[in-house]
Amino acid sequence: MVAIDVDHVTRIYQKYSAQHRFKTFKSAIVKGNFFKSLRPDELVSALDNVSFKVEKGITFGVIGENGSGKSTLLKVITGIAKPTSGSVSVEGKISALIELGAGFHPEISGRENIFINGIMLGLSKKEITEKFDAIVRFAELEEFIDAPVKTYSSGMHMRLGFSIAINVNPDVLLIDEVLAVGDASFVPKCLDRIDDFRRRKKTILFVSHDLSTVEKICDRVIWLKHGKIQTMGEPKRVVDAYLQDIAEKQEEEFERRQQEVDKEESFEEERRENRWGKREIEIKKVRLKDMEGQEKHVYSPDEGMVIEMDISAYSQIKDFVFGIGIFNPKGICCYGTNTQLEEFAAQSIEGEGRVVCRIEKIGLINGTYYLDVAVHKKDGYPYDYHRNLDSFLVSSPRKDVGISRPEHSWEFSSGIKIKKTR
Amino acid sequence: MGRLFKNLVDLYKYRVLIQNLVSRELKARYRGTVLGFFWSFFNPLLLLIVYTVVFGFIIMPRDPSFESSPWMYALFLFCGLLPWQVWFVASSLESANVLIIQGNLIKKILFPVEILPVVVVASNFVHFLFGLPILLIFVPILGGHYTPYLLLLPVVILVQFVFTLGFSFFVSSLTVHFRDIKDILANLLTFWFFATPIIYPMTFHTVEKSSLLKTLLNLNPMTHIMQGYQYCIFYGELFRWKRLGITLILSLVLLFVGYLIFDRLRDSFPEEV
Repeated sequence: MVAIDVDHVTRIYQKYSAQHRFKTFKSAIVKGNFFKSLRPDELVSALDNVSFKVEKGITFGVIGENGSGKSTLLKVITGIAKPTSGSVSVEGKISALIELGAGFHPEISGRENIFINGIMLGLSKKEITEKFDAIVRFAELEEFIDAPVKTYSSGMHMRLGFSIAINVNPDVLLIDEVLAVGDASFVPKCLDRIDDFRRRKKTILFVSHDLSTVEKICDRVIWLKHGKIQTMGEPKRVVDAYLQDIAEKQEEEFERRQQEVDKEESFEEERRENRWGKREIEIKKVRLKDMEGQEKHVYSPDEGMVIEMDISAYSQIKDFVFGIGIFNPKGICCYGTNTQLEEFAAQSIEGEGRVVCRIEKIGLINGTYYLDVAVHKKDGYPYDYHRNLDSFLVSSPRKDVGISRPEHSWEFSSGIKIKKTR
Repeated sequence: MGRLFKNLVDLYKYRVLIQNLVSRELKARYRGTVLGFFWSFFNPLLLLIVYTVVFGFIIMPRDPSFESSPWMYALFLFCGLLPWQVWFVASSLESANVLIIQGNLIKKILFPVEILPVVVVASNFVHFLFGLPILLIFVPILGGHYTPYLLLLPVVILVQFVFTLGFSFFVSSLTVHFRDIKDILANLLTFWFFATPIIYPMTFHTVEKSSLLKTLLNLNPMTHIMQGYQYCIFYGELFRWKRLGITLILSLVLLFVGYLIFDRLRDSFPEEV
């Protein structure tokens, strides 16, 4: 059984410029051809020939970057927006958690708003009366239900909206990134309710940027990119492909930024602030690479990283130590080491050379990191010290906290029932 | 055409929603005021007092139909002023804004947009109904008489309802694309007010003398609606039923065309408001 059938849907948005508007107004009046002259001057296709079917009873995830057409897709499915071409059919009553409490009137009480909102969502007065207490209880608004909605906090507003929408008891539930605004106690309650829907074999379409939740609760996922379906299928595979794509994009972004920074910092003044030493030995260039030797700035925590330094010594020097340091944006040293600490005894260096530090597994949590590299004497006298020379990004769907991520695993005795979701 | 008909049937289906939205509008309008609902009575009363003082006592029109009495003139004035100002003007101005103000409903939830102009016209109609008893109470006080023709008032009200609704559909849908209409409309309504026999009767000497003026006034559909009220309440005579009938047909055409335009532009509302 198919609950939602999206068949070759294209949705084109029209952009009108101010100048165009004036022209149309003029020609509409002068020539009297309203519909012809209301033509737009630019077209943007938010959905481009999208087709998929959602079977009854499954939880279907939609992921994608901002502006990839997710919200348009939901609007087309609810019927708020009409597809420019193609068709959509939905089996059963549909309820959308898109904009919670969109229809609330600020001047009247929560009680009256529940009734009007419920009617807008397709309930009869009788049904609302029956469900009224449940709605209020779920929203935790017993004390405030007779106060005008304008006096509600945004959290209360959202809770009431969620509570009404979820109590409509739909066959198909559309959820668009609404859990982002709830507080710590309300969000689990909502997720519980969504779980409850899944157990009752209702169809859910779930749009979210929270990839770990998507992976956890969805049976199938599609990834939209620029209005087209990029991949569709098993959650883990799609989410991974999406993450891969994001990493590539971040990489590009990073490089672009890096270039800008390079341009800005070509001033010798600024350079000097982050670099000191007389440069008897000079670190000429530093490259960050992955284990395959590909230059890269975005890593997953399980990946390895190679730091390559091109060195040049202008005379024969016998006392030297190479070091690296990794800092997070707060300035906390996440890791630092040098050849002396690792018990290398320097003998001599002269001319060009290359130093490579291989980190088998980065083992850091999500975030941006800055790299310091240095070459100095054993007593600390710097030859060449670069502060914040380079930066890199660790990107992970996990939300673990702290500074580093030691390798670890979990074990449970047989009495504990627990399951891995990813 | 089939779709148009289906939408009209839907409109009936949404009557509960319309009912609720109208009562919401009414409740919300006076929420927080000390006098609350009484404003629905006071507003027309104050309107009457202002116009009576200015036109009845300061300008003092001499016309046989008022027997030169400022009180009779006040009654005449009130017959047109109440449906015009409280119902027609309020509905027109509000419907120019309604789609934009209620943009949230259009953009964010599946909502039958066409009920918004209906709600505007209906809620102002309720205000008009609140003012109507004030008008009727003042009939004997200001020197008029109740006649059986008063019972024909619902016919006139019906014609105005159709006309106002058609105009509201027209205005509300076009304003979404041409915001300038809002400002044009305010001025247009002032002009229209004076181009309708509300503060002067059709029998006024300057109108009587110029056949051009008379023809122009007769071409204005609001003339016949306002005269309808004046005949029922002020003159106590049968209204010119042929003219009112033509006005009704015209109003139906306006409603049809207004709704047609509204329907054609409907899909563009979510992205334009």
